[in-house]
Amino acid sequence: MADKIDNIIEIRNLCFRRGERVIFDNADFDIPRGKVTAIMGPSGCGKTTLLRLIGGQIKPDSGTILFDGQDLLSLTRKELYELRRTKMGMLFQSGALFTNLSVFENVAFPLREHTNLPEAMIRDIVLIKLQAVGLRGARDLMPNELSGGMNRRAALARTIAMDPEMIMYDEPFAGQDPIGMGVLTKLIRLLNQSLGLTNIVVSHDIHETASITDKIYVIAQGKVVGQGAPSRLMEDESELVQQFMKGLPDGPIAFHYPAQDYYDDMMGSVDS
Amino acid sequence: MRIKTLEISVGLFMLAGIVSLAVLAFNVSGLAISSGQNSYTIYAAFQNIGGLTKRSKVTVAGVTIGRVTDIRLDKDRFAGVVKMEIESEFDSFTTDSTAAILTAGLLGEKYIGIVPGADEEYLKDGSSISDTQSAMVLEDLIGQFLFNKVNN
Amino acid sequence: MIERLRMLGRAGLHILEVLGRSAIFVMHSLCGVPNFRKGGQLLMEQLFAVGVLSLPIIVVSGLFIGMVLSLQGYTILVKFAAEQSVGQMLSLSLVRELGPVVTALLFAGRAGSSLTAEIGLMKATEQLTSMEMLGVDPLRYVIAPRLLAGFICMPILMIIFNVVGIWGGYIVAVDWLDIYEGSFWANMQSATSFDEDVMNGIIKSIVFAFVISWIAVFQGYDAEPTSEGIGRATTKTVVYASLAVLGLDFILTAIMFGDF
Repeated sequence: MADKIDNIIEIRNLCFRRGERVIFDNADFDIPRGKVTAIMGPSGCGKTTLLRLIGGQIKPDSGTILFDGQDLLSLTRKELYELRRTKMGMLFQSGALFTNLSVFENVAFPLREHTNLPEAMIRDIVLIKLQAVGLRGARDLMPNELSGGMNRRAALARTIAMDPEMIMYDEPFAGQDPIGMGVLTKLIRLLNQSLGLTNIVVSHDIHETASITDKIYVIAQGKVVGQGAPSRLMEDESELVQQFMKGLPDGPIAFHYPAQDYYDDMMGSVDS
Repeated sequence: MRIKTLEISVGLFMLAGIVSLAVLAFNVSGLAISSGQNSYTIYAAFQNIGGLTKRSKVTVAGVTIGRVTDIRLDKDRFAGVVKMEIESEFDSFTTDSTAAILTAGLLGEKYIGIVPGADEEYLKDGSSISDTQSAMVLEDLIGQFLFNKVNN
Repeated sequence: MIERLRMLGRAGLHILEVLGRSAIFVMHSLCGVPNFRKGGQLLMEQLFAVGVLSLPIIVVSGLFIGMVLSLQGYTILVKFAAEQSVGQMLSLSLVRELGPVVTALLFAGRAGSSLTAEIGLMKATEQLTSMEMLGVDPLRYVIAPRLLAGFICMPILMIIFNVVGIWGGYIVAVDWLDIYEGSFWANMQSATSFDEDVMNGIIKSIVFAFVISWIAVFQGYDAEPTSEGIGRATTKTVVYASLAVLGLDFILTAIMFGDF
């Protein structure tokens, strides 16, 4: 692979702890521009936290995060909002549509807040975005009338309303039936290929994710334990990566929660 | 249309608030539109002001012409000096007018009644009424009654 | 012993931290240039939700409280043959104390708790976070209109409460208890001063409005994004706001009506 890959995000020496737990311990990430990057790992390893750190919602304890060359941590509140407005988008696991607005109103929200475009033009843009996710006919429905998958698709339309350069997906495949998953996979790939967007996907789903990503990061216990193209990771020597990629129930991530000896526990405290 | 009814109802709400404020101002607290008229100050010293308070009425022939604005103790004479604001249109009180502290009803509040005199000079801003009658104190009355009773 | 002190210290620091956070929160929400075009519509919606929808409980409460005051006042005053003063007793109690305080308590319970629950739920369903990621500051879009609506609506509600209360008291006194109508109004008017009584009541109500709205909105924003978290936050709003109102009422009454 070429050395001079243009990275839209460069993270160095990331340290973050929540209370006593270390979430990240001197981790480095490079997210290449215009490609689909997946962040994967066992539950609770901090994947969603990473998205929040990139989005500027939380600050790391130490380390640098460069977005398009800008140091995220040195931005003022106003500059951060400016960055989010123009370049970033995030799709939440639940969609997080505004429950008091219809699908149309939801997608139009960023356009109305950030631009002074006339209503007719906003309508056109909203319909284009809805068409891209296949929900143009559902535009007058309220969020509570949509299924989970449709919620996510509508939220995706809202995320791309302002044409961001990068979109982050928080567990987009969680709880989806195969058709739903197929739809989302198609959309992510389409956005990547046709619009050249950078996509960061946080997921558990090896199979679906591997079919669309260009680069995978596997995180466990606060560190990056594997990175690279999907095919290469399958052959990775690390036991942890192997366990994760193959979905083995037991390995470096133990099946059993730490407990005392089975025999002793079952026989009760019949200590002499 | 939905937005129209919303705005109308908020407007009605505000209007109700403003109207209520006006009702409170005029009907409940008797705010007179003519308040802020010019007034002048006169003083009167009493041996005992009884239950007279600031904002008590000052009347002539029962008609309110002003208010008590301050009550102080005169340390030399040990008398209660009452400062009154009288509306400017009532400027024909002679210097020998008398001021008495009266009671409105049996349990009522105290107020000042001024009886005009017949002198030639009029009271001006800052002048004092010298002829004053103190408030009736119940204990003194009883004492006087008993004293009379004993004497008879 | 040391452990107790440490816990006390930690609790104290925690309270300071919460106070500080809520102050910064309010500052971020309210400071800055308001966007009248877009903000106006949001404010209007909140004025409706917070003000107009609170009218039923305020009006009904005002009516009953006025009627009860009049009735109770009469039964006591009649023993001193002073029943003609029931008008002034009614007006002074309402305008000075009951109007501001009862309206504040009702408002905290009805509007305050609904604000907390709404904002808390928006936080729990990640709507606030998604708004942030869309580049819109939720403090300006969601919180500020609700704060302002609280500041504006509560004094108005209090004034309406007072008027309805006096009217209720009037009906009971004049129509039912046969107080002479003329002396009812005359006594009331001579005893109630606009500058001292009515205005002070309004000032109290403005202070209460600020405190209640602030507590309600902050508790919602700070709530844990779980169902128990939101329930706890709603309870906290009502309890803290009510205590704050009663405490401030004492302080304000002492300042305004006391003899210092």
